[in-house]
Amino acid sequence: MGAAMSNRIVPRVFGLAFGALIAASAVTGAAQQLAKATPAEIAIDNFAFEPPVLTIAAGTEVTWVNRDEEPHTVVSAVKEQPFKSQALDTKDKFSLVFAKPGTYKYFCSVHSHMVGTIIVK
Amino acid sequence: MQISDSHIGFKAEANPDPNGTLQLALDRIAKLPKKPAFMLHTGDVTHLSKPEEFDTADQILKSAKLDAHYVPGEHDVIGDDGKQFFARFAKEATPGGWYSFDHGGVHFVALINVMGFKPGAGGSLGAEQLAWLDKDLKPRGASTPVVVMAHMPLWSIYPQWGWATEDGPEALGLLKRFGSVTVLNGHIHQVVQKVEGNVSLRTAMSTAFPQPAAGEGKGPGPMKLEPDKLKSVLGVREIDYAPAKGLAVTEATLA
Repeated sequence: MGAAMSNRIVPRVFGLAFGALIAASAVTGAAQQLAKATPAEIAIDNFAFEPPVLTIAAGTEVTWVNRDEEPHTVVSAVKEQPFKSQALDTKDKFSLVFAKPGTYKYFCSVHSHMVGTIIVK
Repeated sequence: MQISDSHIGFKAEANPDPNGTLQLALDRIAKLPKKPAFMLHTGDVTHLSKPEEFDTADQILKSAKLDAHYVPGEHDVIGDDGKQFFARFAKEATPGGWYSFDHGGVHFVALINVMGFKPGAGGSLGAEQLAWLDKDLKPRGASTPVVVMAHMPLWSIYPQWGWATEDGPEALGLLKRFGSVTVLNGHIHQVVQKVEGNVSLRTAMSTAFPQPAAGEGKGPGPMKLEPDKLKSVLGVREIDYAPAKGLAVTEATLA
């Protein structure tokens, strides 16, 4: 999973230590911005991402929280920007740092009608 | 027999004991006056595709001592494209996961519509599987009764909740020349039926928890009922075939 991961996106699902290590080595500039950006949260509720479109500053950490009694995933819809969570059961969380500006579309691979977009400025 | 949506690993309030209700469903089957020829499981055997969930489900299902044929639900293929599922429950499948077999003069087709989801779309079969289905059905006479199993409804029940198969109509097009076609689906945890010509389509009850009727409430999440009511909305389906009479279907709740 790590090798396939774009340098622009830093996975935090494996814990802070891993995320911090990648941030320091791969996206040093983003790590500096990280200190400034306020973390953002996306709720997964009633089979929908809320908010469905989230606009953030580069370097912001986004955390998805599953509030459903149904498992969901967070999977990048664009091949060039691969990210993929594991199955998130009720109350499970998945976090990513978006270091570079761009539009990141994603969906739930279990319920493909659930789609969302992160816009990084 | 058809059983569906056992969701082993589900822990929420709607049913804290899906192992128990699956066992209860199998006990019902065991008490039938005539032992069924085999069991069809229309998917969502597990809740999260975890190895321990597959283990538990396998142990409970094996205790029924019945031959069984499975198709995966979207809950069975999370993270590994169904690798664990097919290794354990569908060894007879083609590399794509789909397969067919014959029993007692009836042709059974197992289709996969829970893989390769595209964002914003419903379930799909894909061109490769449809080509296989065409080839599989071609040599069979129109008088052959056909039973199709697939997890998600092959027709569009409520696409807003993903209760549909995008290219389902193409599969139904290949089936319509047959005199008797029964499509058995799961996924929506309740019985919904539709008849189109000689094709009868039916979704099944779950053995784990109910879901709301299409469009009722905010979403298709598990429905919480009073504990004494749960068993009346869980169940199994009996399918009888006699050459002279055709297929007869009976729904049986766990109450």
